[in-house]
Amino acid sequence: MPEHAHQVNVPVTRVDGNAAAGPLGEILRLDITTAIGTCRHCGTAAALSEAVVERDAEGVIVLCRSCGHTLLTYISRDGRQYLEFAGLKSLNAATS
Amino acid sequence: MAIVAGWLVGTVARAMRVTPQGRILVLDVPEWPGNLAGQHLDLRLTAEDGYQAVRSYSIASFGEGTSVELAVDMLPDGEVSPYLVEDVEPGDMLEVRGPLGNFFVWRDSQTEPVQLIAGGSGIVPLVSIARAHRAAASTAKFRMLYSVRAPEDAYYASELAELVDDSFALDWVYTRTAPEGFARTAGRITRADIEASTLPVADNPLVYVCGPTGFVEAVARILVDLGHPAERIKTERFGGK
Repeated sequence: MPEHAHQVNVPVTRVDGNAAAGPLGEILRLDITTAIGTCRHCGTAAALSEAVVERDAEGVIVLCRSCGHTLLTYISRDGRQYLEFAGLKSLNAATS
Repeated sequence: MAIVAGWLVGTVARAMRVTPQGRILVLDVPEWPGNLAGQHLDLRLTAEDGYQAVRSYSIASFGEGTSVELAVDMLPDGEVSPYLVEDVEPGDMLEVRGPLGNFFVWRDSQTEPVQLIAGGSGIVPLVSIARAHRAAASTAKFRMLYSVRAPEDAYYASELAELVDDSFALDWVYTRTAPEGFARTAGRITRADIEASTLPVADNPLVYVCGPTGFVEAVARILVDLGHPAERIKTERFGGK
């Protein structure tokens, strides 16, 4: 499936929310591919598997497929994890 | 139940070149918990200098067992796929995390009609679903439309042909080179192809579309245009800008 480059001078290939399931599943303890995320900017509610994801060696950026705004950013670097919910208004997920 | 079990060690059991650009890899992962048809995993490679690269791959196998099958297409500028397609050999170790994702899955309790639409190596999760359909002896009506550049680029062509029966139909689109005698001229998938070779809206099928981003976007747009409700279309995209 997804391929992307790690060097900053090479564009990151865009994939979908499936590529964020691993890292975000570990930190959030939920299946984000079935979780419904609502965008704060345009109000679109959609399964995060359908979101646009940019992934590189350090983390993932999840973008709203409708309006392109950043929903959330996850970075793992130097033994620290950083999670920012920029435009994710809410997340509605099944109990596992 | 843990959502993600962390990284598991796997050993390459078999590596088969099946297309000019791709290989099927069978991994032996002793701690693999099994997976649903359509799920994926993350695969991690660690270089000698410690640099790590992670990619997601759909799983062609399903069910219980510790044997995990992937089909990997080589992307020329990739840093992982050339290694997996050209270099990795049986006995080599790598790490996997999964199974991941319950969105793009099919369970044998589903009885509704299903349309599968694949572009290129997007066939992998759909093969898993088609295998699960056969293994369950499901009578749910299945139809698959598989778009490839040329016949030699198709993964699982002979296996898919063998799956064809009263409840599984298979249709092909060739985008560059069609086999001799094939009725359709080679070219990208069109609205007419989808109208002619997929289950109609009247069947209210659940539609699974997997392929490169541009392919998936084009197909999904046509499906919606034909009247399929957006919530009946599940998509999985890879690559592309």
